[in-house]
Amino acid sequence: MGTLASVLEQSGLVTVALSSIRGQIETTSPPRALHCEFPLGRPLGKPNDPDFQRDVLEHAFALLDESSGPVLVDHPVEIEDGADSPLSCVIPPADTSNRSPAASEALGLLPAWKRTYKKYGRSTVGKVVDSDQVPDMLDLFARISDGEDWKEVGLPGDPTKIAADIRNFYEEASISLSDSSPSARSAESWFVDKTHAGQLIQNSRIKMKESGTNFYFWYYLLPMTQHHEPKDT
Amino acid sequence: MSDKDVRSKLEKLDGFVFDEIPWTTPKPLSESRVAIVTTAGLTEDGNADWNPGDQGFNRIAHDADELTLAHYSPNFDRTGWIMDKNVVFPIDRLNEMADEGIIGSVAETHLSFMGAQPDHTLETIRLDSGPAAATLLHEDNVDIVLLTPV
Repeated sequence: MGTLASVLEQSGLVTVALSSIRGQIETTSPPRALHCEFPLGRPLGKPNDPDFQRDVLEHAFALLDESSGPVLVDHPVEIEDGADSPLSCVIPPADTSNRSPAASEALGLLPAWKRTYKKYGRSTVGKVVDSDQVPDMLDLFARISDGEDWKEVGLPGDPTKIAADIRNFYEEASISLSDSSPSARSAESWFVDKTHAGQLIQNSRIKMKESGTNFYFWYYLLPMTQHHEPKDT
Repeated sequence: MSDKDVRSKLEKLDGFVFDEIPWTTPKPLSESRVAIVTTAGLTEDGNADWNPGDQGFNRIAHDADELTLAHYSPNFDRTGWIMDKNVVFPIDRLNEMADEGIIGSVAETHLSFMGAQPDHTLETIRLDSGPAAATLLHEDNVDIVLLTPV
């Protein structure tokens, strides 16, 4: 981000960068930066809060008054993520005949996912599979979790991308099942800690790591802060 | 508190250091045309898959209404983006500021790269895609670029 800002400024454009990781912006040192200690993935701080977003932009554009740089200023507000408080939401029961617990769980979430998509018109599901394929993907991860070689279970693509599709499907569904708008990472913690699917991905990650799988394929299955290792016995 | 842990791991990463920080003197904000350049990995064509290592960029029309966030990293929240695109891509806020005369105008063309690149020297962005992006912004008579990070 800082490097890109300098490349653009060098061409004669004026740049103002919002910053999310202060150490990186100190290293790359773009001409003008407003550091925002907001949840990662929410650079304007608060969804559906136009006044707050406007305040961030006004702080950013105020840096244009500086006569020389580089300029690095902190936004006065800090916002913490909600990873320590998993979202509370109940998964609706679905027709579970002949399906595994995780596949049944995902089938139960499908109507909620569709409501979220209809309401907001956006989804991040679709790197490899679409929402209808999530239950089947969970059956494949169940086999990896049980110890099968991940290359042999028939995954239709990169396991990290399929895991992202699964997690994004769950998180997007949770938006329609929660009484309030999820704070940052609260849906992530719900997925990892409270769902069959999250447990399957976690167990698959551990199995893949233990079997010597390339770092990329197990490390990016879940956020780095959600890697729960088996307890030493 | 996960973000604190992520930040503590990522803030020490290497980055490219320019010998000299470039500096362009701005004209008045109320006369300036503003574009957003984000590193959220946004796409306009519904593609949700952006590969790590791809230092290219996409054009995002100012009135695009079906955007997808295709970033590869699992290490950030996406629910905020689903509920309100402005928390990443504040196009509605810029339009309001243009209507009020605070900024001159909003660009037709905005751009998205993807952050969290494994190559911390960002050689392609510095030498190829970054200058190409600058050319597009100049063609749209952009004065100020607002960069939003993901």
